[in-house]
Amino acid sequence: MAQAAIELIGINKSFGAVRANRDINLEVTRGTIHGIVGENGAGKSTLMSILYGFYQADSGEIRVGGKPVSINTPNDAIALGIGMVHQHFMLVDNFTVLENVILGAETDALLKSSIAKARSELERLEREYGLEVDPDAIIEELPVGLQQRVEILKALYRGAEILILDEPTGVLTPAEADHLFRILKQLKEQGKTVVLITHKLREIMAITDTVSVMRQGTMVATRVTKETTVGELAELMVGRRVLLRVEKGQSEAGAIKLSVRNLTVKDSRGVTMVDDVSFDVHGGEIVGIAGVAGNGQSELLEAISGIRHAVSGEVMLEGKPIDLTGKADPGELRDRGLAHVPEDRHHVGLVLAFEENENSILGYHDDERYLKGPFLNVDAIMADAKDKIEKYDIRPGNPRLKTANFSGGNQQKIVLAREMEQDPGVLIVGQPTRGVDVGAIEFIHKRLIAMRDQGKAVLVVSVELDEIRSLSDRILVMFAGRIVGERGPEATEGELGLLMAGVEHQEAAE
Amino acid sequence: MDSFNAIVQVLDSTIRLSVPLLLACLAGLYSERAGIFDIGLEGKMLVGAFAGAAAASVFHSAFVGLGTAVLISVAFAMVHGFASITHRGNQIVSGVAINFVAAGSTIILGQAWFEQGGRTPALQPGERFEAIVWPGAEAIRNVPILGPVYAELISGHSILVYFAFAMVPFTWWVLFRTRFGLRMRAVGENPAAVDTAGISVAWLRYRALICTGVLTGVAGAYLSMVQNGGFVKDMTAGKGYIALAALIFAKWKPVNAMFACLLFGFLDAASIRLQGSPLPIIGKVPVQFMQALPYVLTVILLAGFIGKAIPPRAGGVPYVKER
Repeated sequence: MAQAAIELIGINKSFGAVRANRDINLEVTRGTIHGIVGENGAGKSTLMSILYGFYQADSGEIRVGGKPVSINTPNDAIALGIGMVHQHFMLVDNFTVLENVILGAETDALLKSSIAKARSELERLEREYGLEVDPDAIIEELPVGLQQRVEILKALYRGAEILILDEPTGVLTPAEADHLFRILKQLKEQGKTVVLITHKLREIMAITDTVSVMRQGTMVATRVTKETTVGELAELMVGRRVLLRVEKGQSEAGAIKLSVRNLTVKDSRGVTMVDDVSFDVHGGEIVGIAGVAGNGQSELLEAISGIRHAVSGEVMLEGKPIDLTGKADPGELRDRGLAHVPEDRHHVGLVLAFEENENSILGYHDDERYLKGPFLNVDAIMADAKDKIEKYDIRPGNPRLKTANFSGGNQQKIVLAREMEQDPGVLIVGQPTRGVDVGAIEFIHKRLIAMRDQGKAVLVVSVELDEIRSLSDRILVMFAGRIVGERGPEATEGELGLLMAGVEHQEAAE
Repeated sequence: MDSFNAIVQVLDSTIRLSVPLLLACLAGLYSERAGIFDIGLEGKMLVGAFAGAAAASVFHSAFVGLGTAVLISVAFAMVHGFASITHRGNQIVSGVAINFVAAGSTIILGQAWFEQGGRTPALQPGERFEAIVWPGAEAIRNVPILGPVYAELISGHSILVYFAFAMVPFTWWVLFRTRFGLRMRAVGENPAAVDTAGISVAWLRYRALICTGVLTGVAGAYLSMVQNGGFVKDMTAGKGYIALAALIFAKWKPVNAMFACLLFGFLDAASIRLQGSPLPIIGKVPVQFMQALPYVLTVILLAGFIGKAIPPRAGGVPYVKER
C-alpha cells in the first residue's frame, strides 16, 4: 500500500446554520491524481480551503505525510508542501509572471537574489514539466490557459508536493484543458500528488486514478476510477439516477420564425468574428450552435439579440427585420416575442444586488401586469415570483433573498423562468447550463424541450458538445466565424469534433 | 537681465510652493498604491502643521517640532487604518471625518493653549528650519545665468525641501526595487493574491499608511515651520486635494508626481507674480482670476489631458475574505 499524502479525519465545518462539511474522511495516496466531484455547493471548495488554511475546521484532524498537523494560514499549508490553484486566479494582473511567482516567497528585501533564483528555477520547472511561460510577460496580456500555468508555477516554486486544483477547466478551451491534463500527468510521473476538484465527470474519467464523491457536505463514496462509470458517479453526486440524455420526441418543425442572412459582425478591434452566416430556425425545433469558445458564437448571439452592431446582413424575426446597428431597443424586441438568455448571466442577465423577485421581472417591469398606475405593483410581482419559484424549483424559495446568494444553477433558473414565462415566439439561449450542477441541467434541458414542443423556435449556443447533441434537432457547427457544417442529432462526437476543429473546413478550402 | 531674474524668482517660488504638494502627493501614493484611498491627506497635513509649530514653539527646537508633526500625523493615519482596514469602513467617509476633526481640533486646541485666535506663537530663529546656503553661492551670485540659478534655485532652501525632492527617487526605488514595494503594489491590485501567498494584507496596508503619515507630517511641518513662521488656521487651504489631483495626473508614479506638483507649484507661483501686473493683449485682470487659475487648470488637466489613468484596482475596497 502506497503512503498517504493527505489524510482528513472527521472534518466538520459550519458557516452559521449551514453545515458545509460533515464528518469528512478522505485519504489521498502519494503520487496519484485524486478527483473530488460533487454538485455546486456540495462542500468541495470548503474542504480544500480548510486544507489550504483559508478556513479552519470546527473539528477533525488533518495529517500530511502521516503526521498530524495544524494548518491555520496559507503559510502553514505552503510550508507543508501544499499548493493551490484557485478557481479565480490569485494573480496580480499588471505584474509580470516573475513578480507573481516570487510574491510572498521573496527571500531578500532588495529582491536581487530572489529574482535571479526565480529565473533559474522557472527554467528548471519549464524543462521538467513543459510549463513554458515567458517570465517577463504581463499577466493580463496572457490567455487564461497561460495564466493558470503561472498559478501552477507559483505553487511549484514554493516547493509544493501536493497540488490542489479547484475547477481548473471552467475557464479553459478544450485544447487548453487537454494541455493542462498533460501537465498534470507529467506532475504525477514526477511523484507529485494532485487533487482535482471538478463537477465535470468526463474530466474525472479521463485523468484521475481515484475519485471521491461529495454530496450536501458529506463524502458519499470513494472509487477507483477504472472500476466506476460516469453513470454511477452522477448517481452518487445527486443521489438518484440522472438522465444524461434527455428524452424527447420527434420535432415538428413549423414555419420559419427566425431567419439570419449573410450576417457579418466585427469586434471592437475590427476583426471579423461572424463571417457571412445564414441559417433559419423554425417553430417547434431546437437549433444548436456548437463550436469551441471564441469562434464567433457569442458575437452571433449578441447581434441577433440586437445588442451588438452587425456590419452587414439581416435578421428577420417572424418576417420583420431587426435593427442591427447595435442600438435596437431590447424592450421592443421583447414585445415582438424575442426572449434572450444571455451567456454571461452575472453581467448581462441579472443584477446580483437585487432581490430575486426584482430580477424575475427585470426588463418586463413596465409590463402592465406588474404596474399599478405609475408604481410597481409589489403584490403582483411577489405573486409572480413565487409562482416562478415553484414552477422552476428555484432554491431557496425566498423571493426576498438577494440574488447573489443563490447558487449558479438557481440564478440561471431565475433568468430562464423570467424569459420563458413571457411566452416568447423565439428563445435564444447562450450557455444554458454553464456552471450549473447536474440536477439542474436535467431540469433546464426538459424545460427547453417543453418550449420546443409548444411550437417555439429555440436557438441554443453552448460549448458543451454533450448538451448540444442531447438538445438539438439540428446542429450547426461554427469555426472561425463561419458555419462549417450542419448535422442531425445523430452525428457522432468525433464527427462534430473534427468540424469544430476546422479540419474538414480546411480540407474543403484547399 | 531683468526678465531673467524674474523668471528665476518665479521658478524659485515654484520650488517652495510645490514642496508641500509633493510631500502630500507622495504620501497619497503610498496609501493608494496599497489600495487605501486617502482623502484625509489635507487633515493629516493640517494636524502635522499645528503639532509641529506648537511643539517647536514650546520646546524651542525645530527638530522636536518636526518629530511631533510626524508623530501626530502618523497617529491620524492609524485612525484611518483602524477604520478602513481593521473595521473595513468606507475609506472616503473615514478620510472626510479626519479632515473635519483636524480642522476643528487644531483651532480649539490652538486657542486653548496659546490664546492667539487659533494661531501658534510666531516661531523664533532656531524654532524654524532655516535656509541652507550652499558653499560658494554668494561668490558666484554675480556670474550671469549660472550664478542666480545656483544661488536662488539650488542653494538657499531649507532641509525639508531637499528631503522632499530626495523622496522622489527614494519612493521610486522602494516601490519598484524592494520586496516591500512589490508586496505593497500587489496588495493595491489584488489583495486576495497577497493573502493566498501567505502575507498579511492588513499589516502591509498599515505599513503603507505609516509611510503616508510620515510624509504628510513633514508636509505639515514645512507649511508651518518653513513657509510660514507659525500655524494659522486652515493653512493647508486645499493643498491635500490638489495633491490628490496631482496623484491622478501622475498616474500614481513617483517621478510623474514630481513633475505634476512642480506644474501646480508653477501655476501658483505665476499667479502670485502676475497679480496686478497687466497681461499682454488682455490687459489687467482681476486678482481673483489669477488666484483661481491653478484650480481651473486642475479641472481642465484632469478632465481632458491626461488620457486614461488607471488607479490601483483594489483601491477603496476593504479586503474581505471570500464568503
